[in-house]
Order: sequence, then C-alpha cells, then structure tokens
Amino acid sequence: MNGFPLITLLTATPLAGALVLAAIPEGRKQLARGLGLAFAAAGLFWAVLLWAKFDSSATAPQFQERHVWIPTIGAEYFVGADGLSLLMVLLAAVVTPIALLASRSIRERVPLYQSFTLFLQAGLFGTFTALNFFHWFIFWELSLVPAFFLIKFWGGPNRSAAATQFFVYTMVGSVAMLLSFLAIFWATKSFDFLELAEKGRSGELAALLNVRIDGWPDLTRREFPLVIFAGVFLGFAVKVPLIPFHTWLPTAYSEAPTGTTMLLTGVMSKMGVYGFLRILVPMFPEQMRIVLTPLLWLAVATIVLSACAAFAQKDLKRVFAYSSINHLGYCLLGIFACLKYTGGDATWSLQRSAALNGVLLQMFNHGLTASLLFCFAGFLEERGGGLRGIDQFGGLRKVAPIFCGLMGISVFASLGLPGLNGFVGEFLIFKGAFPQATWATALSVIGLLVTAVFLLTVMQRVWNGPLNERWALLPDLTWRERWIVLPATALMFLLGIYPQLVIGKINATVMLMADQLKF
Amino acid sequence: MLAWTVYISFIGVLAVLCLPERMVRATRAVALVAALAGLGLAVAGIARHGLDGSMTTIVKHVWVRGLGIDYYLGADGISLVLVLLTGIAATAGILFSWNIEHRAKEFFAFYLALIGGVYGVFLSFDLFLLFVFYELAIIPKYFLIAIWGSTNREYGAMKLALYSFIGSAMVLLGIVAAYVVAGSRTMDLFELAKYPFPESFQFWAFPLVFVGFAILAGLWPFHTWAPGGHVAAPTAASMLLAGVVMKLGAYGALRVAMTLFPQGLAIWRDTIALLAVVGIVYGALVALVQTDFKFVIGYSSVSHMGFVLLGLMTINAVGLSGAVLQMFSHGIIAGLLFAVVGRMVYDRAHTRDLGALEEMGLGRALPFAAVTFAVAGFASMGLPGFSGFVAELQVLIGAWYAFPTFAALAGLGIVIGAAYTLRALQKAFYGEVAESRSGAHPPLPPITLPEKIGAIMLVTVAVVVGLYPKLLLDLIGPSFYSPLFDGLRAKGAF
Amino acid sequence: MSYLELLSRFAPETIVVITALVVLGLDLLVLREEPLRNRLRIGAAFSGLGCVAAAAWLLAIAGSAEASSPFATGGMLVDDPLTRLVKVALLALGFFAILLATEGNFTAHVGEYLSLVLLSVVGMMLMVSSTDLLMIFIALEATSLPLYILAAFNPRDPRSSEAALKYFLFGGMAAAFTLFGLSLVYGLAGSTNLAEIAVRLADTGRGPDALLPAALALTLTGLAFKVAAAPFHLWAPDAYEGAPAPSASLIASGSKVAGFFLLARVMMVAFAPVAGSGTWHHYAAGWMPLVAILAGLSVVIGNLAAIAQSNVKRLLAYSAVAHTGYALLGVLANDPRGVSSLVYYVITYGLTLVGAFAVVSAVEDREGGSNLTDFAGLGRREPLLSFCMMIFMLSLAGIPPLAGFFGKFYLFAAIIGGARNLGWLWLVVLAVAMSAVSLYYYLQVLKQIYVLPEPERTAKRRPPMVTKALVGLLALGVVIFGCAPDLLLRPLLAVIHGRVF
Repeated sequence: MNGFPLITLLTATPLAGALVLAAIPEGRKQLARGLGLAFAAAGLFWAVLLWAKFDSSATAPQFQERHVWIPTIGAEYFVGADGLSLLMVLLAAVVTPIALLASRSIRERVPLYQSFTLFLQAGLFGTFTALNFFHWFIFWELSLVPAFFLIKFWGGPNRSAAATQFFVYTMVGSVAMLLSFLAIFWATKSFDFLELAEKGRSGELAALLNVRIDGWPDLTRREFPLVIFAGVFLGFAVKVPLIPFHTWLPTAYSEAPTGTTMLLTGVMSKMGVYGFLRILVPMFPEQMRIVLTPLLWLAVATIVLSACAAFAQKDLKRVFAYSSINHLGYCLLGIFACLKYTGGDATWSLQRSAALNGVLLQMFNHGLTASLLFCFAGFLEERGGGLRGIDQFGGLRKVAPIFCGLMGISVFASLGLPGLNGFVGEFLIFKGAFPQATWATALSVIGLLVTAVFLLTVMQRVWNGPLNERWALLPDLTWRERWIVLPATALMFLLGIYPQLVIGKINATVMLMADQLKF
Repeated sequence: MLAWTVYISFIGVLAVLCLPERMVRATRAVALVAALAGLGLAVAGIARHGLDGSMTTIVKHVWVRGLGIDYYLGADGISLVLVLLTGIAATAGILFSWNIEHRAKEFFAFYLALIGGVYGVFLSFDLFLLFVFYELAIIPKYFLIAIWGSTNREYGAMKLALYSFIGSAMVLLGIVAAYVVAGSRTMDLFELAKYPFPESFQFWAFPLVFVGFAILAGLWPFHTWAPGGHVAAPTAASMLLAGVVMKLGAYGALRVAMTLFPQGLAIWRDTIALLAVVGIVYGALVALVQTDFKFVIGYSSVSHMGFVLLGLMTINAVGLSGAVLQMFSHGIIAGLLFAVVGRMVYDRAHTRDLGALEEMGLGRALPFAAVTFAVAGFASMGLPGFSGFVAELQVLIGAWYAFPTFAALAGLGIVIGAAYTLRALQKAFYGEVAESRSGAHPPLPPITLPEKIGAIMLVTVAVVVGLYPKLLLDLIGPSFYSPLFDGLRAKGAF
Repeated sequence: MSYLELLSRFAPETIVVITALVVLGLDLLVLREEPLRNRLRIGAAFSGLGCVAAAAWLLAIAGSAEASSPFATGGMLVDDPLTRLVKVALLALGFFAILLATEGNFTAHVGEYLSLVLLSVVGMMLMVSSTDLLMIFIALEATSLPLYILAAFNPRDPRSSEAALKYFLFGGMAAAFTLFGLSLVYGLAGSTNLAEIAVRLADTGRGPDALLPAALALTLTGLAFKVAAAPFHLWAPDAYEGAPAPSASLIASGSKVAGFFLLARVMMVAFAPVAGSGTWHHYAAGWMPLVAILAGLSVVIGNLAAIAQSNVKRLLAYSAVAHTGYALLGVLANDPRGVSSLVYYVITYGLTLVGAFAVVSAVEDREGGSNLTDFAGLGRREPLLSFCMMIFMLSLAGIPPLAGFFGKFYLFAAIIGGARNLGWLWLVVLAVAMSAVSLYYYLQVLKQIYVLPEPERTAKRRPPMVTKALVGLLALGVVIFGCAPDLLLRPLLAVIHGRVF
C-alpha cells in the first residue's frame, strides 16, 4: 500500500526549503531568491512527475501512504491523490514559482519572505493531498500562519488590520468546522475522509448524527446533522469566499504584497472549493439538498453582486479581488446545481459530469489567470510608484504595447473569450448547470455580462484612450518580466484550445463524483 | 529511584543555603544541576515504565502506625507525565533566572523547595503524604513573590498564599472526614478509593475537596488570585506558578476528589463543567481587553485551565487523557509565554504596558523574543502542529460526548484566544513604529544564551509533543484503566 | 500507706521542691557577691540538675512493672504512666524556661525567680496528678500564685506589674468562681473524688438537679481561665506582653499543658455522665455544648483579634487563645484518641511557644521592643534565629511537615471520629476556616523578617549562645515531631491503653 512516498516528498520539499531559507542571513538577497526558486522548481518537478505517473482511468486516490499517528483519536498520516487533488497540486506548483519571480520588488528581509512563501506552498500541498481530517486540518490551519506574516510584514499601508482580519475571520470558520468534525468523530469514530464519504453517501452519517442531545430537546430527526453541516459549511464558505462571508477578502488581497496575493487568489481560494468537493458534498448530500435553494441564491448573489462591486472599484487590485469572488461563484454554482436531482438517469449524469468537469477546469484556469492578472497589476504598481487606481493611468498602450498585449490576453481569458482557457470551464459549468438549476444559471449570466463590462472598462481606462502625460516614460515589460508571464500565457492558450489535456486526467474522478451524487 | 527527584531538590536547597552569599555563580550552577538531575530522573523513569497502565511503587514505609499513615511514593503514567513537566519547567525557570543577583541564594533555595514539594505531590499515593507536599509548596511561593516580585507583590503574594491555604483547608477537611468515615484505618489512596462512601457523604465531600483543589487550578469564580499573583511574581515563579502549580490543583482534583467520590462527581459534574466553560470564555474575553502584557497571559492561563477542568468532567477516556495532555501542554506553553513577557521583554524594556511597548519596535530590537512569542502564541491558540492542538482536540471530542453545548462554547473560547494572542503579538512586537521614533530608544541588551537555551528547549518540547503526541498519550491513556479509577470508570462513559 | 511510700511515689515533686529550696538558699546565702551572670548560671545549673533528676526518675520507673499501675493515694492523687509522661514534658518546659532566664537581666532576685519557677512546676505536676476536688484547687493555686509573681518580675517595665496585677485579679476571681463551683459539685455528689462524683451524678434517680448546670459552668470557668479560653482570655495579652520572656513562656507552655490535662480529666471523668452532646442536630445539655461554645469562641476571637495586633507578644497571646480552641476539640472527642491528640498537641505547642518566646526575647534585647517592625530584616542579621522563627510560625499556622500540622490533623481526625455521623463537623469547619485565616498574621511576622529590607546598620548585641542553642534545639524538635510523629505518638498511645484516664 505504501509505495514510493511521492506525496510526502512533494510536501516535504517546500517545507525543507522554508526551514533552510529561514536560516539565511538577511543580506544575501540573491542567494535567497535563487534558493527559493530552486525549491519551488523542485516542487514543480515532483508535481509534474505525479501528473505523468497518474493513471487516468483509476478512480481511487493514488500514491496513497498510510501510517498510524494517534490511535486514541483516530488520526492517521493518510495521503493520496485523485484527479481533483492532482489538479490542485499542479496549480500550486505552477503558481508558486511565478509568484516568487514576481516578487522582485520585495527588498526587505528577502530570505524570510521566500521562506514564508514556501511554507505556504507546503501547507497547500498538504491540504490538497490529505485524506484524514486531523492531518488535513493541521495543514489547513498551518497555511494561515505564513499568509498572516506575509501580509503583516510586506503588505501595504493598512496591512496590520488586514492581516488580523484575515486570520481571525478564517479562524472563526475553522473553529466551527473543527467542532463539527469533532461531532462527526463522536458519531462515527473516524476521521478518514474516504470512510466518511462512504457513510455520507449511504446516509449512515446522517443516521449516526441523528441523536437527541441533552439540553437540546427540540431537535428533530434532521436538525442535528444540519447543525453539524452548518459548521463545516461555514469553514469553507469563509475560505472561498461565499457572500456574505467575503468581507475579509478585498482588504487582504489589496494589502498583501503581489506575490502573496497571487498565491492567495490563485491557490488558497481554491482550498475552499476543494473543501466543498472533497468533504462537504460527499458527506452531507442530503443536508445540502435540504438547503439547496438558499445555497443557490447565495451562489447567484456571489456571482452577481461581486461583479457589480468590481465594477464600482477604482483600485485595480480591488477590481481583481472582487472578480476573483465572482469567478469562484461559478464553481459553487456548478457544484450546487449538481445536487439538485438524484437518480441514476443518464442525462443527469451527463449534465453533472459536464458541470463538475467545468468546476475543476475553472478552478485551475482561474487560478492561472487570476494570479497572472495580479502579477500584471503588481508590475503596474511598481512602475507607477505605488499607484493602482484605474483613473490614474490612461492610454498606456502607446508606451507599453507588449505589456498591454500580454495583460490583455489574461483579461480576455478571465472574461471567458473562446480560444482561451477561461471559456472552457465557464462554458461547461453553464452547460451542465442550466438544465439542473435553470433560473440560477440564467441569473448568473448577468454576472457574465457585468464581468465583461468591468474588465473591458479596466482595459479601456488603463490602456486605451488618450495617453496620460504623466506616464509618457513608462517602461514596457522587460525581458525578464516577459519570460515570467509567457509560460503561463502559453498555457492559457493551450488549455483554451486543447482542454482535453486536463480533462483526460480528471475525467475518471469527475465521473466518480457525478456518479456518487446520484443518491 | 524517582523519589530522588524530591530528595535531590531538597538536598539542593541545603546545598544552596550552605554556599556563601557572594558566590552567585556557584549557586546558580548548583540549582541548575539539581533541576537537571530531576529532569533526567523523570526521563529515565518514563523510559523504564511499562505502558500497561500499571503503577510502580517506589517506596512504602509505615510512617505513623497509630493512624495508618504510610510514606507511600509511586508513579503511574499520569504522575510520570507531570513529573516530566515539572522537570522541564524547573530547568527552564532556572535558565530564565540566570540574571537574578539580589539575594540569589535565597531565591534558588525557595525555588528548589517549591519544586521538591511539587515532585512530592505528583508521586504520593498516600493521602496524608500528598497533602503534606501540597501544603508545603505554599510557603516558598509566598516568599518568591513577596521578595522578588514586581507589581503589588506583597498584596499578590498574600492573596495567593491565603487563597491556596483556604483551598487546602477545604481539602484537609474533606480528607479527614473521608479518613474517619472509612474507619480511621488507612490513608492509602487505593484502599480509600475502594471504600464505598455513602452518597449523602459524597454529596458535600466531593465539592469540598474538588473545589479546594480547583481553587489552585483557577476554577472560575475562584480564580481571582491567579492574574494578580502571576503578574506580581518574578518570571521564574510565574513560569512555575502557571506552568506547574496550577496543575497541582487539577491533579489533586483528579487523583483525590474524582477517585474517592465518584458518586459525588456524578452529582456535581454538570455544574463544574459549566463553571469550567465560563472560565474558558471569561478568561479569554478579559484577556482581550488588558493593557498590561503579563495580565493577558495571566488571564489566558485561566482560560486554558478551563479546558483542563472541562476535560476532567467529561469522564471518558478521550476527554480525560486530553485533560492530562493539556496540563502538560499548557505548562510548557505558559512557561514560554511568561518567559518572553517577563524575562525577555520586561527586564529590558521595564514596562509591560502594551501601549508603551507598541512604540518600541521590539520586533526589530529583539527578534528572538518576537519569534519565540509568535511561536508560543500560535501554540497557545491551539494551532495544529503544537501540543495544545491535540490536547484541546481531545478535550473537545470528550466534551462532545458529554456536554455538546459546552463543547460549542469552548470553541468560542478558542476563537477569542486567537484574537487576544494576535492583539498582544501585534502590539508588543509588531506595532507600527514611526521611523523617527524607532531610533529614539536606547538599544536593548541582547537575549542571553541561557534564555535562548531555555526558549529552544520549551519550543522543541511543544513541537515534538504536537507532532507526535503518542509519546505521552501512550503513558496517560492506560493509566485510567488502573484499579484506582474503577469507581470513576463505572460512573463515566469508558 | 506510709509517708515514705508516698514520698517515693511522688519523688519527682519532692526532688523539685528540694531543688527549689536549694537554689533559693544558695543564692541568698552564698552567691550574694557574685555578678548577676554567674548567679544565674549557677542557679540554672542546679535547677536543671533537679529537673533532670526528677525526669530521670520518672523515665526510669516507667519500665518497671510494679509502677505501671495507677497508684492512688486515698483518692487524692494518682500516678500512672500517662501522668508520668506529661510530667516529663512539664519538667522539660520548666527547664527551658529557666534556660531562657539565664540570659535575662531583668531582675537581680535570681534565687527567688528560679525557685518560683520550680515551685510553679511542682504545682503543675500536682495538677496533672489530682483526682480530688480539693487537691485540684490546691494544685491550681500552687501553680498560679508563683506565676502571678513571676509575671511581675521586671521592675523596670511598668507593663510587667500591670500584667501581673491583671493576671492576679483575674485569676483570683476565677479561683473564687471555681471554688464556688467545686463546692456546688460536692453538694450535689457528696464526695470530692472525681470517680465517685461520676458515680453519684450517674445515678439520676432523683432527677436532674437545678444546681448541676451552675456547678458545671462555674467549674469550667476556672479551668477555662487557666487555659485562656475565650471569653476568659482577657488576661492573656497583657500577661504575655508585660511579663518577662521566661515567665511568659512558662505561662504559655507549662500552665497550658497542665491546665488542659486537668480540664480533660475533670470533664471526662467527673462529669462523664452529664456529658451531653453538642453535635449538629443532637443537642443535649451537659459539659460538651459548653466546651464547644468555648472552643468556637476561642477560635474565632483568637484568630480575628490576632490579625489586628502590631506587637508580636500580643499576637502570640491571641494565637494562644486560638490554639486553646483547637485543643478543646480533643476534649470534645471524649475518647482515648481525643486525649492522645490533646496531649500531643499541647506538648508540641508548648515547645513551639517556648522557642517563639526565646526569639522574641532576643529581638527585644536588641531593639528594645517586640513590635512587628522591630523584626524587620531579621533574616539578614540573624539567619539561624530567623529560620527557627519561621519554623515556629509555620508550625503554629499548621503547615506540614511540622508538628503543628500533625497535631491539628490528629485533633480533627479525633473529633470527627468522636461522634456518629460526623456531628462535630460544624465546629471543625469553623476551626479549619479560622486556621486558614491565621496564616495571614503568621506570614506578617515572616514578612517582616524575610521580605522587608533591614533598617540602617547599628552595632547591636548579638543574641547569646544559650538562646540560640535553645531555639535551635526546639526548632529541631518541632521538625522532628512533625516528620516522625510516631516518636511521641507511640509512647502516648501505649500509655493510654485504649481507655480514658
């Protein structure tokens, strides 16, 4: 069962890197940057190896490793990767080096910065591959610490408040989730995700949780499991984020340094959606169905309201922050829509697979495009001496055409232009969700429209129009910067034209998920 | 062999007292040797101890024949874990007291006497002997705070001494009553645990003894001595006080009250659990609004001990072993926190006011202290990877079995814990320092080597136990299946 | 029996009387010209010799079989192993008081002083042997009268005479009440022998007598005065404060031991049939409720008043009242265990008090006063004395592993076990609570000694070696009796034999 510990190596590499970098003295900036990049590259290497060795037809998690850890509370060191995990791991592995490279503007305490970023990556790798709650929760919480410090030390003017708000907000959700999981443990004596998913599917979980509690005499059959569900839901809803739990995000994203924001939006936000897919849906399908309508409303609200809010923003980073919320809303729409109908009917299976494929694709694609967008925003900020207001620029296309072009590609990808990667995911989601949750999908189209509007507005205000004299000497992208964004941009085209690359690997997992939703 | 932990401490007292006043270095060295010896013995004891929940008898002599009192020292898993904690905390405390010059000889003498008494409590299995060591520990505490303490020390010391003494008076009453009711024949804990005390007797005897011990453990609302006492005490004493002495109370409650009077426990269980939860939340809330750095830690201790007491009330295997693990974990972490606040910050900055500290830019000036406090803070708020997380997790699981509502409220305490820890961290170390101001303070003395060793030692233990708690849980868990806890198991959900 | 036999039985008392006369004569006739120091030393040496001889006699005959049965002289006096043990203790306490006096310079009348001490000790020894009402009264007076005079022996301090006067007046009143009470008892019982009184009182054929409560109360008054139980304690603070240290220590230790023993004997033997009950929900008229009230009042008044004191001697006096309260618990137990705990407690208490007074007298010599502030910084200047004082204070507070703690523990165990269904718990709770409070004022003394900084250095007299040796010995004794209580307990339990008196 325990083969070559590929996943452990995967997680251990950035962890080791973080420790090594923490020991490097402050003055050796180049060394630190080099080492950081090396470790991130090593992580990428492992991730690609995983990708290559992944068996596309198997449905159970692969590369499993399982060791007993704390028997009294059923904690095990249990890791494994199925299609979903694999995709997320790859995303994290790809975004991190780009984030590190884009952090050239960090000049203070460089080794510590690199160390924290690698620490964060380790936390991400760990979260995406863990299959036992105890082990998973450790990495979930642990990723908060480096994020907190990254915002706190290298962030913008309002960083202390942003960091604290981010930490405490997420912690509240985490504690609620912890309490719910403890209740689950109490009922099932297990923290194993696979086992719990099994129980959830068969309805045994709800049955086990269906107890009368002393002091809560008014609980009926289904209410205690709902309460537990609510706790877990809260934990993930804060992370995604779902409106109305999103208020921490714009501040955190705009105050954090560019590289950190890339990781936050690119990968950390996916932790929330991952949680929905890995934990919430398999374990509580019944409960989700009970509250399905409110959930769909929340998803729609997330999509539409965040888009409108993005439209109203003047700060570039805030625009992209709200846009992130918007794009993740689509993921949730897709997930919730799949829950609507049970039964093994083939058409519904098809729709569900389509939607879920779209969700996973969207997760990956958005991760890529959003991080790149923030990267560009960061470049602009550096050139502008800290300014990021969309009204403060104008007509920059004339002086920095390549910059405009490359950024434009990312913007259009985010928009969902066919031929670029953003389109495929969104299309599949809408295709799959429409038959299942028609009105919600219909309303979400508004979001699409508004997204188009604000993104184009950004392009218009910043790049087109008359040249703002102030920026007449704005330098274009340097060769270094071009080389940073080119691989990702190429990937965007590739996935836009040939999404089968990804779908091929994840399809088996998606089919399994869709299949399991038929109960 | 483990009895030597006690004897060496007291021999250390004599040795230190014999040294002339001016040989401060020699005094420190002797004290450190005594503490390390105790730690070494503790580790050796654990290594040799079987993992089947048995109890090893170390020595058993008749002491006062006429009254059936024996000099009975023994060790089971729980004792060993707490003895280990004492060894670690004592050594760290001495390392952090390396700079004491004023009346150093008497300081270390009282310190070692306190440690000796604490070792004795954890190793006693005769009720009289346990009480002797328990009360013995009160007097060194008084002097340590009254002579070497800081804010309001005489008042804090007297309040602590009187509260502790009143608590032990309550315990004495309960013990004597139990002894008499069981026939005035023996004080052996095992024998008394087997005796079927009538329920009407247990109805008042249990709360008397439990609360008497729990006063020292910071049970709300009898906790008021704790924040003031911790603040007034010198660093090493605070480390011992919050780290070990509060655990004496919890240990006594477990070892004496809960084993002798299980029926009484069943009656009062919900009330005490409620008080514990109130303590968790109240302590956290009050910590959130403090302006004195040390008070934040003092109140956080009250909050964390609430977890211990809640765990004890769950009466199931998971919750009880979680409670003991939390005793260990909090001992280490509280020691670390007080070390940073008292020794690293206060001794250098001469202020504990968070507002004043905010302007000093300590994150830059004392990076080692900042990092240590950050690590300790995260451990304290129960972040996974540190010992506190596992312990609190177990307590919460146990609480879910027994009192789900309380479990939810305790979770609230964790969240507030994150808030006040971050607030303290921000204000004390990472305050926004205006550029012009940061150079205005004179440079602070660097962190000395003994402090670094002490801090690293404590952090390592917290991390090791956090990642591999099996080390300790294997000792603690089986202990609850010994005959001593038969009555307890019958009443609970094992 | 013949006088020779009588004398041989009561040889210890005889020896001490002879010693007293010898010392007196020696000092008045031979040593007039010697310096004070020598007179004291020689006088003390002879006194010590006498005490040791008497104690040796008591211990020597303890082993012999023929003497281990009680020996009653026509119902007046008894000589049994328990009595002998207590007498040894009394002799020791008297000896310590004399040792303390050797370094004092408060009086030039050495011979008188020492002989009065010895005669008082004789009176105490008679007190513990008495089994007859008349003998009791004689013994009480024989003890008290020398003590009144001893209290007045410091002519330079007006408080000394005041103390003695108060002590005498109060004592005289108490004696008068006692005599009245004893006469009433005689009237009720028709006999003055304790055992016979018990028999007569048990015979309730004539129904309860209206005079009995009065007799009981009045007798108790006198005895309560002797042991300084509240509310008959008012003489104690002034006496302890005003009297010179050796006298005060004798009053505090020896007369307490003897007084308690006598009180226990009278109550538990003579008034056994009218014991009554003071336990919760089981009130019955008798001496028990009365003694319980005395105990309760003593414990409360003693501890609370001590908190307010600023003079250490007065503090010790009020604490003595409190300790009387605790000791009375042993009487209330009304069984052999109670007696054993009582004797253990008062003996160890006596040792502690002598030691405490020795330290106080040393401080008084240096500083000229014995207020709390005079003790400031003593820890730095006199480490040995301070350490021993710490032992004494903590033993009084009841901190293990000292003798005071074990004594209290034993008392509580005895009294709780003394009644069915734990009826005495209310009193024990009161005692325990007040005991907890007492730590406060004992810590005040220790705070002065150890915590507070010492005042400016001026050359002061160092305490004499004898005082230090005495203090050290007593502290050692307190620690040893605390850590190994069996040393005292074993012989005690052996002589009590499971029966009361």
